[in-house]
Amino acid sequence: MVFTIQVNNKKISAEKGETILSALNRHGIIIPTLCRMKDFTPTGACRMCVVEVDGREKLVTACSQPVEEWMKINTHSPRVINARKTIVELLLSNHPDDCLYCDRNLDCELQKLAGELNITERRIRSRKIKPRLDQSSPAIVRELSKCILCGRCVRVCEELITSTSLDFINKGRSTHVGPAMDRDLNFSSCISCGQCVIVCPTAALHEKHNIAEVKEYLNKPEILKAVQYSPLVPAGIAEEMGFRYSRDFDRVLNSVFRKIGFDKVFNTGTGTDICISEIAGQLLERIKNKSDKPLYISACPAWIKYAEQFMPEILPDVSTVKSPQQITGSLIKTVAAARAGVRPDKIFSVSVTPCTAMKFEARRDGMMRKGISDVDTVLTIRELSRLIKLFGIDVTNADPEPADEPMEGRSSVAAMAEVSGGMAEGVIRSVWFRLAKSEAERQMFKKLRSGASFREAAFNTGSVEISVAVVDGLTGLNKLKEARASGRKYDLIEVMTCPGGCINGAGISSMNTKDEKKNRAKMIWQADDTDAVNLPEKSPVIINLYEKLIKENREISDKKIFHTHYEKRDVLL
Amino acid sequence: MMRMSINYDTIFKKYKQGRREDLIPLLQDIQDVSGYLSEETIIRAGAFTGLSTTRIYGLATFYDQFRFIPAGRIHIRVCNGTSCFLNGSQAVMNKIKEITGLNPGETARDGIFSYEIETCMGGCNHAPLVRINNKYYSHIKPDHLPELIKKLRFIIEND
Amino acid sequence: MEDLKKILVEKVLLYESDVLPPETESILRQIRREKTTAPVIYISSGTSSIISGSEETWSAIKTYLDENSLKTDLVRVGCQGPANFEPLVCIQLPGKNRLFFRNITGEKVDLLLNGVFHSDINEDDLAGQQGTRGFEMWPGIPFIEELPFFAHQKRIVMNNCGCYDPENIDEYIARNGFRAFAKTIRHYTFEEVCDIVERSGLRGRGGGGYLTGLKWKQALNTGSLSRYLVCNAKESDPGAFTDRTLLESDPFRLIEGIAIASYAIGTSNAIIFFRKGSEHALERIRKAIGKAREYGVLGNNIFSSGYSLDISVRREPGAFVCGEETALINTLEGKRGMPRLKPPYPTTSGLFGKPTVINNVETLMNVPVIMLNGPEWFRATGTESSPGTKVFAIAGKGRMSGVVEVEMGTSARTILEDIADGIKEGREFRAIQLGGVSGSFLTSENLDLEIDYETLREKGIGMGAGGFVIIDENTCMVDLVRHYMEFMRNENCGKCIPCREGTGRMLEILESIIRKPENEESGTTLERFKGVMQLDSIASVMKDTSLCGLGQNAPNPFMSALGNFREEFEEHIFDRKCRANVCRGLRTFSIDVEKCTGCTACASKCPVNAIYGTRLQPFFIVEEKCTGCGICYDICKFTAITVK
Repeated sequence: MVFTIQVNNKKISAEKGETILSALNRHGIIIPTLCRMKDFTPTGACRMCVVEVDGREKLVTACSQPVEEWMKINTHSPRVINARKTIVELLLSNHPDDCLYCDRNLDCELQKLAGELNITERRIRSRKIKPRLDQSSPAIVRELSKCILCGRCVRVCEELITSTSLDFINKGRSTHVGPAMDRDLNFSSCISCGQCVIVCPTAALHEKHNIAEVKEYLNKPEILKAVQYSPLVPAGIAEEMGFRYSRDFDRVLNSVFRKIGFDKVFNTGTGTDICISEIAGQLLERIKNKSDKPLYISACPAWIKYAEQFMPEILPDVSTVKSPQQITGSLIKTVAAARAGVRPDKIFSVSVTPCTAMKFEARRDGMMRKGISDVDTVLTIRELSRLIKLFGIDVTNADPEPADEPMEGRSSVAAMAEVSGGMAEGVIRSVWFRLAKSEAERQMFKKLRSGASFREAAFNTGSVEISVAVVDGLTGLNKLKEARASGRKYDLIEVMTCPGGCINGAGISSMNTKDEKKNRAKMIWQADDTDAVNLPEKSPVIINLYEKLIKENREISDKKIFHTHYEKRDVLL
Repeated sequence: MMRMSINYDTIFKKYKQGRREDLIPLLQDIQDVSGYLSEETIIRAGAFTGLSTTRIYGLATFYDQFRFIPAGRIHIRVCNGTSCFLNGSQAVMNKIKEITGLNPGETARDGIFSYEIETCMGGCNHAPLVRINNKYYSHIKPDHLPELIKKLRFIIEND
Repeated sequence: MEDLKKILVEKVLLYESDVLPPETESILRQIRREKTTAPVIYISSGTSSIISGSEETWSAIKTYLDENSLKTDLVRVGCQGPANFEPLVCIQLPGKNRLFFRNITGEKVDLLLNGVFHSDINEDDLAGQQGTRGFEMWPGIPFIEELPFFAHQKRIVMNNCGCYDPENIDEYIARNGFRAFAKTIRHYTFEEVCDIVERSGLRGRGGGGYLTGLKWKQALNTGSLSRYLVCNAKESDPGAFTDRTLLESDPFRLIEGIAIASYAIGTSNAIIFFRKGSEHALERIRKAIGKAREYGVLGNNIFSSGYSLDISVRREPGAFVCGEETALINTLEGKRGMPRLKPPYPTTSGLFGKPTVINNVETLMNVPVIMLNGPEWFRATGTESSPGTKVFAIAGKGRMSGVVEVEMGTSARTILEDIADGIKEGREFRAIQLGGVSGSFLTSENLDLEIDYETLREKGIGMGAGGFVIIDENTCMVDLVRHYMEFMRNENCGKCIPCREGTGRMLEILESIIRKPENEESGTTLERFKGVMQLDSIASVMKDTSLCGLGQNAPNPFMSALGNFREEFEEHIFDRKCRANVCRGLRTFSIDVEKCTGCTACASKCPVNAIYGTRLQPFFIVEEKCTGCGICYDICKFTAITVK
């Protein structure tokens, strides 16, 4: 039912049941908000969106108040503006004053609000909160003095990730956000997925920076500096740096890396192809042995940590194949090292990803060979953008160049692996190709490409039937459990922590709308439709690696470097 | 405050598993027996109710009743409600700090004294009111305290 | 006992007519001890009495009776109200009016009982006699009903308090107890009950003043398979003890009120949310619920009416903010007690998403008498906008303190001057605070204000839950406001910005006014003045935008104090003076050279070594170093130290 309400003396239409804020936004009237998250119910914590409603004694929050017919609202009266300003001033009064040194300088919601509300003098002073820095986690840093207690991270960790690693502690002025027993993150059940980092309005939660380490090694001529980047990185950098992405940029990025000072530039996508290939092999093995246990895909390190903590009983069924980043890294330290005639301990290997959990993954026990890590350091796309700016490189003026062999190219499914459902699709297409000797129809994968948090599909090659489940965001695990409890069996299960897949990882810019997420996925699917190399089996790079480089290298011909192990974790659940 | 090893099973038997609404009564029952909530208690309560440890801890720190360190053998509670405040509870609190060296919420290292402030014990006509273990002391003045505390310490040490 | 239970249930509770037959009345009179052959001794035994030592009194009396082989009925009763009289002992000799004796601690028992049993009543401890029809009067002894403390009260809610044994359900039934409930569930529909209570004009006594019957109707009319009734016995306000006193003196009345309210909203689930720390009261209410179950007042198909009800008790774990409805609901659900957004209101979606009604103890205790006597009877007391009475907890610096019940429309002056008998030690009156920690002050200008919801609201004052704190000249208003703000800063839930940050900031500013400055910059008058201006602006934003009542009302004491005691604030800011000599940072001490003997006691105790001198010569306090702690003042045996 549509009716009229009056806003700032103008009549506008509103629908019954919607909130004032939603009606206002539809008509282009912007109200500042701070604790609000799209797709989540409002909590009314920040009070920034207050508006004046005729007949109400106090100001009401637009984000939660439903519209009523003939409501008279004033969104920017002096009383309202004064209230909003005072609220931000109160926040600033005990916020650290180090904007220029802060991780979110120019990208901070509080800073933006202070500017919008025209706060130009320090009217309210207060005793600052004692600073507390938690750098225990390899992926995420907590700076409690900058926390404004909006509660977004708490909600995301519970409602989106279900690991519930953060909560409010204490009450009154000593309220703060922290993990269990108020210890540091590394004792907690945090899986380093970084979704909290995406939603944090200030720098209270941000990714751990490894730029300094990279800079240090870039200065060492005796070290071979190698970098790998995932297929999403070029598009991600374009978004980060604010220019339009086109596929040429994929090759331009190679020259940018070289300009920064990297000796070798590799494509993580190669590792993805190998990962898909190996998993396909494992799946075929299971099918041959008529195993009734599912095979879980292991490419998401946050998911792996989650399973090790909360579902240790499924660990025997998790594929031992390493993630694409780690596979590429292991190849760098063996095949590429041999090619360059360099010892593995003289290589500094960096990986650029859209993910924060990969920083944790690189340090795992089981991601090393003879004491040398596959990947030395991981940078997120955000960090790469800073590195590019630091070295003063004009990306629009760089020439396209190829990546270095032997990890210079990838198939289109490698890019799809960064979308939820994509890796499962890649594995199935690979298996199909091996069994039926023909390509699987794209139509069959429509179910796996939808947006639900739990999706399933069955594939019949003629000789075998394979059933697949895809869990998109850990909230889907409950549905998986229900399905399995009701007797359904799956051969392959893919789980991704970040809803939508790696394209929504914590290493790229902040909160995206559902549409923006969908667009990234669309681009990748379109590329897959047109690319000729659309399977690892068809990729000359992969064929070369398998037939020659790996087979002929006695040290790695058993392909053990592609595998890792998992173990139950003893953390505060 | 008695510190006994807890038989969790007897306490858990009273409740159905997996119910969040039973969490507070459960923690209260445990604290009644053991005097405080240890890390083990919090982990077990979480496992029983199906909630993460983080949630249990976040919940327990919100409420004044829950302690995370054991109370001393002589547990002093000073009322700081309106009536007690008007009748000089601040002076009593300062005196306790002077004698025992403790801040509110702390337990002494030797485990004898602990001290906390209550917001209102409801004995407003007996202000300032102090409760030590289970005994109430009304109309307490700072001068009464050295003698009283010495006496209590003597009783405990010779127990 | 079985027979008595049967008689009471069948012949009293389930009796169809309002008037009971003479045989039944006779039994009830006996239960009420209106016909006794042996003496009866009543001892008050609420938490307040226990703190005063009433348990020792009980033991002493028991010992005396045993040693002297006296056949006497010894009964523990609830609290009459006057805290100054605790422990209160009432002696009833057969056929004669009851005599009340005050402050009877253990050691006074022998003297008292010797006197009474030998007809030699000691007048020192005598408070008065209670006039009862059919009993013989004591000549020359004042009537307790005529004492100013009692004369100005009208006891509707408290009419049983202190008159019967709160653990004995028979006595309650003998006092018309549970008849209203039995009548209600067998003869009225849910809607009719809501209607009756709405017509009576009963308003929520927890401070909100919302029409109770209306609230019930809202819950009843929200479609749902289940609803909840929660009795808020939390009594968050420091300085309030009305609810606790009421429910430990007359727990069955509360149970009856809860039962009728639960019926009215059509629920079988009632919860009492019980205050932390009052173990004694908790015991009482648990026992009372047990007894009610035994007598079939609670359980399945009560009195064959088809209605079932049980009451569970939850101990609150300690958070002031849980007095707020939605925060209370969150606590019951096992979450942190942070308030929720309203709408939806609890009557639409509350506990576990079901319609929930939260009522205060005093509100519920009014319900049985309304059902028994009808809404018009209730409206005859009190004022047009606020029928009925209000129970207050008088505390602070009055001569008399305790729990009293006055008709709505009584003036504050009556309560202060007549009931509380003025200020202790003849000091000067400053203000009365209604409404606890978020309450405003009544000064001498508005002492004649009629206390009812509308009159107070017009003046911008909230009635509160019953706190009535009397403040005298020895209290520094600035320090008091700071104390309240400190409480709010520690107790707010931390969810919304204006309250969490606002209380912290306001506290810091208030502290800067009462403390000695640490450095030049923060110590200038201009800074302090700017601080107070900020207080005003922060206070108004807090009132306007906070999520819940805690934040919206936290600035009230400050704003009320600033309005009524502006000069005192200005003295603190500009003159750096505290007229009540409370603020340590603003007072300094000086030594009278005439009186000082140079004993060095003060100098050795001074924590900042601000006292200098040579032994046996007058000493001297260095003003700049003095922190105003007052240790020297307390310790000087020669009263040589004075406040400057």
